[in-house]
Amino acid sequence: MLSLEHLAWNLPDGEPILKDITLTVPNGKLAVVTGPNGGGKTSLAKLIAGLEKPSAGRILLDGEDITGLDITQRAKKGVAYAFQQPVRFKGLSVRDLLELAAGGSLSEPELCAILGQVGLCAQDYTDRQVDASLSGGESKRIEIATVLARKNADLMIFDEPEAGIDLWSFSGLIDAFQRMKARKKSAALIISHQERILQIADEIIVIADGGVRAAGPREEILPTLLGEEKAGRCPREGGPLYE
Amino acid sequence: MNKITETLLGLVSDWAGAFTGAYNIREDGACAGRQSSEHIQIESKDGAPGLVIRISPDAKNETVYIPACVTHSDVNDLVYNDFYVGEGADVTIVAGCGVHSDGEEEARHNGIHRFFVEKGAHVLYQEKHIGTGSGSGIRRIDPVSDIYLSEDAVLEMDTVQIGGVDRTNRKTTAQLAARARLIIHESILTEGEQTARTDFAVSIDGEDAAVDLISRSVAKGNSQQEYHSRILGNNRCTGHSECDAILVGSGKVNAAPELFAGHIDASLIHEAAIGKIAGEQIIKLRTLGLSEEEAEERIIQGFLQG
Repeated sequence: MLSLEHLAWNLPDGEPILKDITLTVPNGKLAVVTGPNGGGKTSLAKLIAGLEKPSAGRILLDGEDITGLDITQRAKKGVAYAFQQPVRFKGLSVRDLLELAAGGSLSEPELCAILGQVGLCAQDYTDRQVDASLSGGESKRIEIATVLARKNADLMIFDEPEAGIDLWSFSGLIDAFQRMKARKKSAALIISHQERILQIADEIIVIADGGVRAAGPREEILPTLLGEEKAGRCPREGGPLYE
Repeated sequence: MNKITETLLGLVSDWAGAFTGAYNIREDGACAGRQSSEHIQIESKDGAPGLVIRISPDAKNETVYIPACVTHSDVNDLVYNDFYVGEGADVTIVAGCGVHSDGEEEARHNGIHRFFVEKGAHVLYQEKHIGTGSGSGIRRIDPVSDIYLSEDAVLEMDTVQIGGVDRTNRKTTAQLAARARLIIHESILTEGEQTARTDFAVSIDGEDAAVDLISRSVAKGNSQQEYHSRILGNNRCTGHSECDAILVGSGKVNAAPELFAGHIDASLIHEAAIGKIAGEQIIKLRTLGLSEEEAEERIIQGFLQG
């Protein structure tokens, strides 16, 4: 279970990015964080994974305060994090990266199972280098797979997993998230704007202007979001779409 | 053969007490074992230290081992090895070199290799270099490789300097006839006060010949590396060189790639990147549970192998 208590984070120049975030994601639940671009969603993911240190507040994983732990220590406690922008490595293969994620060697069937969840065929990909030879969508799927490969993940964070993923693979990804939810072992926090991801959420948290604008069960929050989206389609209120 | 040679052989080749097939083991400038095979003849060179290795066109999928070891200081081993690879042969040459020094004097191996590869032959040349021992004496390996590829011949050269070599000065030249292909993967790791210099000069003379030259280097500590490559496209051909270097600590790298196109259809590309390990790479591996040091080590290991 993930709990954030009054979490705040400022840029080095003192500009506040996140202000007083309090929320809880129980194990077996899938929370989707959504909200306008620049609202602080990725910053929130980085704070939870330890890439940034909060200026105030606490982060608890299964009741244990992990606020003072660094990235490695948090990973060992079970925090898994799929970056929005996948990192490329000259000289590491897909197998290397997934085995590092799993903390040991992986058999062919295990590799198949992990890569299959992100719509990639293990035979074609295990020996590929995780470098610029992969397309944006491919590297994004491998990034997601590094989280699915983790064996002790108590908390899985995905930052915009849908970005760059084609429509066909997307259904597979939704299935993977639903299976993850069904296992009820870990808590999942997905940053997304995608309606289909919002539709499988247990909880939806809307982050805007550095704070929680709304949070609650999907049934309650989703209808309000879809309403907002329609109203905000044209940037110039009431005006025509193109002039 | 002494114990140090055995240890070095294990490090630079797949030695496990014996080689199968043709081999020659060089220890401190002398021969510590030799065996020819049906298709691979190894003889001493006339008038100079070294070997003449003749690989018959009938050699298919065969391996020849020619490791050289220097096991103590105050040795300056110079060797000339000539390889004649027959038309259509397919062979792997394993040519590691280990230099061990527990003393204060220099220990040096200087291997001058010439490859005459006949039409359509395929050669995989693997070379691993390492320095070991606790002495303050400089461990030096200065290899020279001159490659002559006939029409349709292919030579793949994988060279690795793993560590412990204080000074290295590598010189590689090649001449390619029509449709010949040369693929070179070079990895060099330097640390401490070590220096490494590598120089390639490839002349693509034949139509539709191709060279692919990939160099990966890691300069740690106070070490320094210099890279120079010169690819001459004298005909319709393709040439590609890629020089990537990672700096750690106060390491320094100077990369000077050079391309010459002497034909309207010569297509030559060079890519180079030098810098420290990208911070995001370390962060990604840390989110998988590795410490910063483990992440750095893993990134370097992969980078040098890739």
